[in-house]
Amino acid sequence: MDINATLILQMIAFAVFVWVMMKFALPPIAKGMKDRETRIADGLAAADRGSKSLLEASAKSEEALKAARQQAQEIVGSASKQAGQILEKAKLDAESEKARIVAAGRAEVERELAQARDTLRKQVGELAVAGAGRILKREIDAKAHAELLADLAAQV
Amino acid sequence: MAAAEGHEDSGSYVLHHLTNLKLDLRTLSIDPAAKGFWVLNLDSVIFSLLLGSLVLFVFLKAARAATSGKPGGLLNFIEMTLEFWERQVREVFPQANPLVVPLAITIFVWVLFMNFMDIVPVDLLPFVAGKAGVEHLRIVPSTDVNITFGLSLSVFILIIGYNVVFKGPVGFLKEVLTHPFGPWLFPVNFALRIVEEIARPVSLALRLFGNLFAGELIFVLIALLLAQLRTGIGGAVLSLVVGFLSQLAWTFFHVLVIPLQAFVFAVLTVVYLSTAATSHSEEH
Repeated sequence: MDINATLILQMIAFAVFVWVMMKFALPPIAKGMKDRETRIADGLAAADRGSKSLLEASAKSEEALKAARQQAQEIVGSASKQAGQILEKAKLDAESEKARIVAAGRAEVERELAQARDTLRKQVGELAVAGAGRILKREIDAKAHAELLADLAAQV
Repeated sequence: MAAAEGHEDSGSYVLHHLTNLKLDLRTLSIDPAAKGFWVLNLDSVIFSLLLGSLVLFVFLKAARAATSGKPGGLLNFIEMTLEFWERQVREVFPQANPLVVPLAITIFVWVLFMNFMDIVPVDLLPFVAGKAGVEHLRIVPSTDVNITFGLSLSVFILIIGYNVVFKGPVGFLKEVLTHPFGPWLFPVNFALRIVEEIARPVSLALRLFGNLFAGELIFVLIALLLAQLRTGIGGAVLSLVVGFLSQLAWTFFHVLVIPLQAFVFAVLTVVYLSTAATSHSEEH
C-alpha cells in the first residue's frame, strides 16, 4: 500500500466526474422534478377550482330551479285568479243579459197586454155604443159621447 | 474456485491477490515490484475510470430522459437518488452551495460501484487476465489506498476552500489561531487544528480502504482455506461445496458493508463541508 501517481489521476478524474455531474447530468433531472412538482401543484389547484365551481354551479342551478318553481306557482295562481274573474264577469254579464231579456219580454208582454186591453176596450165601447144605439134606435153621436165612451172604456 | 493459477504457497497466493498491475512511469514498463511515487496502479485506474464512466453514462442517460411528465424506470431510480441526497444535504448543510449535492452523489454512486466489484468472485477476472497474459489484477479500486486517498484529499481541499470562502481568509485564520483555547494559546490551537483537519481525510480514506480491503482479504482467505482442503476427489467436491457456501455467506454479510461504506463516505463529506462553512465560535 504505497502512495503513488494513481492518487493524482484519481483526484483529476474525481474533479472531472463531479464537474460533469454538476453541469450536465443533474440539472435536467432536477429541472424535470421541479417542473413536475409545479405541474402537480397546478393540477391540484385546478381540480380544487373545478370542484368549487361545480359546487357554485349546482347551488346556482338549485336557486334558479327554486325561482322558476315559484314563478310557475305565481303564474298558475294569477291564471286561476284571472279565470275566476273572467268567470265572474261572464256570470255577471249573463245575469244582466238575462235581466235585460226578461225585462224586454215583460215589457213586450205588458205592451201587448195593454194593446189587447185597449183593443178590447175599444171593441167593448163600440159594442156598448152599438148596443145602446140599438136600444135607443138611434144613432149616437160618437163625437158628442166621446167623453162618455172613454170613461166607459176606462172603467172596463 | 481458488488457487486456479496453481499457487502452492498460500503466502504467495494472498500476495498475488494483493499486488496491483503497476506501470512504472519512469521506464513505461509493467513492473509489479515498482516502487516510488511515479508508478501507476493500472488496474485501479482502469477499473476506477470505467466504473466512474459507467456512473456518468447512467446519469447522463437519465438526464436525456428527464421529463416533467411520468418518469420511466431508470429516471425514477436516479430521481430517487437525487432526492435522497438533496434531503440529506438540506438537513446537514442548509446553506450548501450547488456543488455539494453533485459531489455527494458522485462520491456515493461511484464508491458504491467500486465497492460492488468486491462481489465478483475473487479469482474470476484475475484468472481471465492471467490467461490473457496479465500477471496481476486487482479489480476493486476501493481496496487501493491511492483511490480512497484520491477522493478524501479532494474532499480535504474542498474543506479548506469552504473554510476560506465562507469565513473569509482573515476569519479562517483567526478561527485557526484562537479556537478553542483563546488567543494566548495560539500555538496549541494551531497544532490542534492541524491534527483535526488532517484526521478527516485520513479517517475517510482509511475507513473505506480498511473495510473493503478486509472484505476482499476474507474472500481470498476463504478461497485459500478451501483450496488446501482439496485432496482427492472427495476433497475437491467438499471444497467446492463448502467453498461456495462460505463465500456466499460472506457475500451476504459484505453486501451490507458495501453501500454502508459508500454512504458513510458521502455523508461525512457533507458533514465536513458543513462544519467548514459554519463558524466554530458560533457553535459554542
